[in-house]
Amino acid sequence: MNQSTNQLTDWGIQEVSGVGRVEGPIVVVERAGNVGYDEVVEVIDSQGRMRRGRVLEVGEKMAVVEVFSGTSGLTIDGTHIRFLGQSLHIPVAEEMLGRIFDGTGNPIDGGPQPLASTFADINGQPINPTSRVYPRDYIQTGISAIDGMNTLVMGQKLPLFSGAGLPHDQLAAQIVRQATLGSPAGESPKQAQQFAIVFAAMGVKHDVAEYFRNAFAESGALTRVAMFLNLADDPPVERLVTPRAALTLAEYLAFDRQMHVLVVLTDMTNYCEALRQISNVRGEVPSRKGYPGYLYSDLASLYERTGRVKTSEGSITQIPILTMPSDDITHPVPDLTGYITEGQIVLGRNLNHQNIYPPISVLPSLSRLMKDGIGAGHTRGDHSHLSAQLYAAYAHMQDVRSLASVIGEEELGAVDQQFLKFGRAFEREFVGQSPTENRTIEQTLDLGWKLLSMLPKEELTRVSPDEIKRYYKEPHDTN
Amino acid sequence: MSQQFGNITWVNGPVIRARGSRDVSMLEQVEVGDERLVGEIIGLNGDSITIQVYEETTGMRPGAPVFGTGLPLSVELGPGLLRSIYDGIQRPLPIIERETGSFIDRGVHMNPLDRIEHWSYNPILKEGEQVKGGEILGTVQETENFEHRIMVPPNVSGTLTWVAPAKKYTIDEVIARVKTERGERELTMIQRWPVRRLRPYKARLGQNIPLITGQRVLDMLFPVSKGGTAAIPGAFGAGKTVTQHSIAKWADADIVVYIGCGERGNEMTEVLQEFPHLIDPRNGRPLMERTVLIANTSNMPVAAREASIYTGITIAEYFRDMGYHVALMADSTSRWAEALREVSGRLEEMPAEEGYPAYLAARLAEFYERAGYVETLNGKQGSISVIGAVSPPGGDFSEPVTQHTKRYIRCFWALDKSLASARHFPSINWLESYSEYTEDVAGWWREKVGQDWLKMRNHAVELLSEESRLSQIVKLVGPDALPDEQRLVLETSRIIREGFLQQNAMDNIDAYSDIHKQIAMMNLMLHFHERAERIIKRGANIGTIHALPIVNVLIRMKEQIPNNELEKLDDIRKTLDEQMDQLEAEYR
Ligand SMILES: Nc1ncnc2c1ncn2[C@@H]1O[C@H](COP(=O)(O)OP(=O)(O)OP(=O)(O)O)[C@@H](O)[C@H]1O
Ligand SMILES: [Mg+2]
Repeated sequence: MNQSTNQLTDWGIQEVSGVGRVEGPIVVVERAGNVGYDEVVEVIDSQGRMRRGRVLEVGEKMAVVEVFSGTSGLTIDGTHIRFLGQSLHIPVAEEMLGRIFDGTGNPIDGGPQPLASTFADINGQPINPTSRVYPRDYIQTGISAIDGMNTLVMGQKLPLFSGAGLPHDQLAAQIVRQATLGSPAGESPKQAQQFAIVFAAMGVKHDVAEYFRNAFAESGALTRVAMFLNLADDPPVERLVTPRAALTLAEYLAFDRQMHVLVVLTDMTNYCEALRQISNVRGEVPSRKGYPGYLYSDLASLYERTGRVKTSEGSITQIPILTMPSDDITHPVPDLTGYITEGQIVLGRNLNHQNIYPPISVLPSLSRLMKDGIGAGHTRGDHSHLSAQLYAAYAHMQDVRSLASVIGEEELGAVDQQFLKFGRAFEREFVGQSPTENRTIEQTLDLGWKLLSMLPKEELTRVSPDEIKRYYKEPHDTN
Repeated sequence: MSQQFGNITWVNGPVIRARGSRDVSMLEQVEVGDERLVGEIIGLNGDSITIQVYEETTGMRPGAPVFGTGLPLSVELGPGLLRSIYDGIQRPLPIIERETGSFIDRGVHMNPLDRIEHWSYNPILKEGEQVKGGEILGTVQETENFEHRIMVPPNVSGTLTWVAPAKKYTIDEVIARVKTERGERELTMIQRWPVRRLRPYKARLGQNIPLITGQRVLDMLFPVSKGGTAAIPGAFGAGKTVTQHSIAKWADADIVVYIGCGERGNEMTEVLQEFPHLIDPRNGRPLMERTVLIANTSNMPVAAREASIYTGITIAEYFRDMGYHVALMADSTSRWAEALREVSGRLEEMPAEEGYPAYLAARLAEFYERAGYVETLNGKQGSISVIGAVSPPGGDFSEPVTQHTKRYIRCFWALDKSLASARHFPSINWLESYSEYTEDVAGWWREKVGQDWLKMRNHAVELLSEESRLSQIVKLVGPDALPDEQRLVLETSRIIREGFLQQNAMDNIDAYSDIHKQIAMMNLMLHFHERAERIIKRGANIGTIHALPIVNVLIRMKEQIPNNELEKLDDIRKTLDEQMDQLEAEYR
C-alpha cells in the first residue's frame, strides 16, 4: 500500500493517496493526520472522477469516511482523499427558488450554479428554546379532516403517515396548493399568503418527483419551489444529506429572508433505511429492527428545524411523508417520528378501499398545536368543542359498528342506529371531498354541525348548551 | 483555573478519547479542544482517557488539547435559580441567546447564576455559634413568596467567626466565616455540588401526605404522595407532556423543577410563555416564580441530555434541604436512557436488552432513589416527588425502560392509546394504573377534608371494573341483553368516565379541580347511582334514568362550576334529588 500525505494549504485542506479499507459505502483512510470529525472530503478515483463524503470517526492516524455516492470502482491504492477542513456547507440564496437540485444541492436543471453570498452548514444549529415563538396562526388547507379536526399551524411539523399505494402524494400536493394563512370564519381571507416551498425527495421513484413537479407547475407555484431530488436509483447514502440541504435552504429563507416556508420531505422511510445501512456496515449495536439507537436523535435533528423565532417574521412548517412498512404504526420509523413531530395525519386503507378521498383516519390523527391555533379570533369560538364532539361521536360509532357486525344492525337500539348513520355521513361528506375542493373554515365547521344534528341533542355532551342553541339544527329545520 | 492534561486521540460523535496525565479523576469535568467544549471523564484505562462531550464535536481533531478542572461536573446553587431556564449542564439559555442569537452556538461559557444582582440578606445565626452542614445561616426573599434559605454547605462545620450584617450582597460576596478543623472557610450565598452525588439529609420519613395535583383521576384514584415516585408511560400523543405540564402548573408543591429531556423545543417555549401569566391559585403569584426549567431538547447534544436529569434533581435536593416540598418532572426518562445507550454504543460496551447498557437499571434506581420525604440536616421537613414520563417504543410496556422503571416507582399512571384516540384525556387507564400510596394518604383526606375518601375511591374503582367486565358481554350480545341493574352500572360508569375522569387541560375551569370540588363531584355521582339503583329495583327502566336531565348536568358540571362556586354543587344535588323523588313516586 502506498499512502502519502500532503498538506496543501494553511486552511487545513490535505490530501491522502491510497486508502486502507473499502466496505459498503465506507472507506477507512489509514494515514490521515489532523482530520476533523464530520469534515467533508472529496474522494477521487483512479479515473480522476470526484465524489463527496464525510468523516464519521477519526483516530490519530485513521479516519472513517462515508462516501455519499457509494464506493463502487474505488481501489485501495488508486484513490485520493482530499479533506476539506470544514463540515459540509451549501450555498443558500433566494434565487434557488424555482430551481431543481440533486440530493446534495448541485443544480440538475441545466441552469447555472446559484449565485450565493452565504454558505451554510447543512447540519444547522439547534434553535434556542427561549428564542422560539410559540406557533399560533393556523393554515387553512381547505381539507375538512385537517382544518376541522387536526388543524395545521404555521411553524408546525405535521407528518403524513401513509402506506404503499395510498394517495399521500396527491394529498400533500393538495395541501401545498391550497394552503393559505387562515382567518376567522366568515371574515375575508388575510392578504393572500404565498408560501415558499422546499421539496426534498429521498429515494422516491421518478414519476413521484415528476408528479410533484407537475402539480407545482399546474398551480403556478413552480417559481416558488426549490426541489432537492435524490431518486430511487440515486445513491442511498446521499439521502442522508438531502433533507439537511433542503432544511438549510428553508432556514435561510425563513429566518434570514423572513419568508413563510412549507417543507415537504418524502419518503422518510427511505431516509431511515439509508441510515440503517451505514450503521450496519459500521457494526453498531442495533436497537429495534436493525435501526441504530440514535435514530430518534437523528430524526429530531431534522424535524426540530421547524418553527418560528423572535428575530424573524418568517416560519418553517414541515410536512414529512412516510410510508409505514406493512401499515404498521409501531414500526420504528413512524413511531419515532410521532414521538418528535407535533402530531400526525394518518391515512387509512379501509377508507381508501371505500373510495373516500382523502382517506384520513381521524382517530389516530392528531395535531398538537391545534389547541392554540383555533377558537375565537383564529377560527371560530365553537371549534374546539365541535371537534371534540365529532371525535367522541365518531369514536362511539366505531364501537357501535363493531357491535352491529356481531348482532346485526337491526338489533341495535334506535340511538345507536342514528350513530351508525352519522358515522357513514361523516366519512363520506366530512372526510371525503374531491382533490380540487377547497373548503373555507366556515364551510368545514358548518358541515360538522350539520352532521352532529343527525344525533339527538342529549347525546352531545362535549358541546355547550349555548352552542347547541346556536348551531344545532332541529330535525324540522334540516329538511 | 484549568490545566492541559493531554491530547485528543479519537473522536466519535459525543465520545472522545485522549492520552495524557494519569492524575485526572473519574467523572472530572474537563474542557476539550481550543473552543473548550465542556465534557466529563467517563473512563480511565492506563493513560487513555474517555470523555463524553456536552456539545457538538464537529471539527474536533486528534492532537487538540484537553484541559482538566479538578472538579466533578457540578451545579451552582443559590439565589437566582427560580424563574431560570437552563440547558442540560446548567447553562442559562436566555444569556446564550443574548450572546449568540436564536441558534445555540458551542463553546459558550456562562455563569449559571447572576453575579451582578444584589440580594437582600438577613442573617439568622450569630458570631461564635457552632454550625454544622445544612444549617440555615440566613435568608433572602428571592420572590415575593419565596424565602431562599442560605445554608452552610453540607460538608462544612465549625465555629462562626464572622457574620455579615443584614444588607444587600451579590452571591459572590462573603457572608460568613467559619473556623473548621481544616482552617477558616469563607462562605458566600453560592454552593457548588456535584450532580451525580446525592445531597445528604438526616433521615427518611414516612410518606402519608398526598401531592395534590388538581387532576381528578390522579388525586382521587391514583394518588402520589409528597416524596413519592410516579411513572407516566404512554405511546406518542397519549398525553404524557400535557399531564406533566398540568402537574407542574397546579400541584401543591413549593418548588417545581421541570426537565425537558430530549423532547420538543416548542413544548419548552410553551411553558416559558405561559407560566409567567398563570397565577398560582394558592398565593396569587405567577407560577414561574416557583419554577426552574431545564431544557435539553431532542436536537441539543445527546450527552448533555444524559446530564440534564442529574442537574435537575440536584437543584431539587437543594430546595428540599431548605425544608420545601419540591415536585420534579422529567419528560422523558426514555430519552435519557437512550442517551445512555448512545454513549455506551460508541464505547462499544457489551449491550444488555435492546442495545441498552447493563447498568440501565442501576442508573434508574439511583435516580428514583433521590426522591423522598426527609428530615433535613437543619431539622426541617422537605420532600422531592419525582414524576417521570416513559416513552416506550410502539407503546409497548414490556420494553426495558418501562419494565425497569416499574421496579423503582410506586405509582404507575398507564396511558392508553385507544382512550387517547377517542379523545378521552387524560388517557390514564383506570384498570392498568395503580398507586401504592392509596392507603397511606387516606388518613390525610379524612383529617383535612373530613370525608371517607378511601371508601368513595374504592366504590368508584369497583364500578369501573364491573363496567369493564360488562362491556365484554355487551360487545358480544349488545346492551339490551343485560338486566337494567347492570345497565345502570354502565350508565353511572359513563358519567364517571366522561364527567369525572376526563379532564380538559385546555379549559379554564376544568384544568384544575380543587380537592373539595373533586370530593363533591364524586359524592354526587355515587349518590346518583345509589338513588337510581333503588328506583330500578322498584321497576323503573334504564331508559327513563338515562333520559333524566340531571345526567348531562352531572357530566358537564366539571366545566360549569368554578372552584370558588362550589355551593352550586349543592343546587345540583337538590335538582338530582327532586328528579329522583319524582321518578320514585311513580314506582311506589
Ligand atoms: N388533559 C388533556 N386535555 C385535553 N387534551 C389533552 C390532554 N392530554 C392530552 N391532550 C391532547 O393530546 C395531545 C398529545 O398529548 P401530549 O403532547 O401530552 O402527548 P405525549 O404523550 O407527551 O406524546 P409524546 O410522547 O409524543 O411527547 C395534546 O396535544 C392534546 O391535544
Ligand atoms: Mg410529550
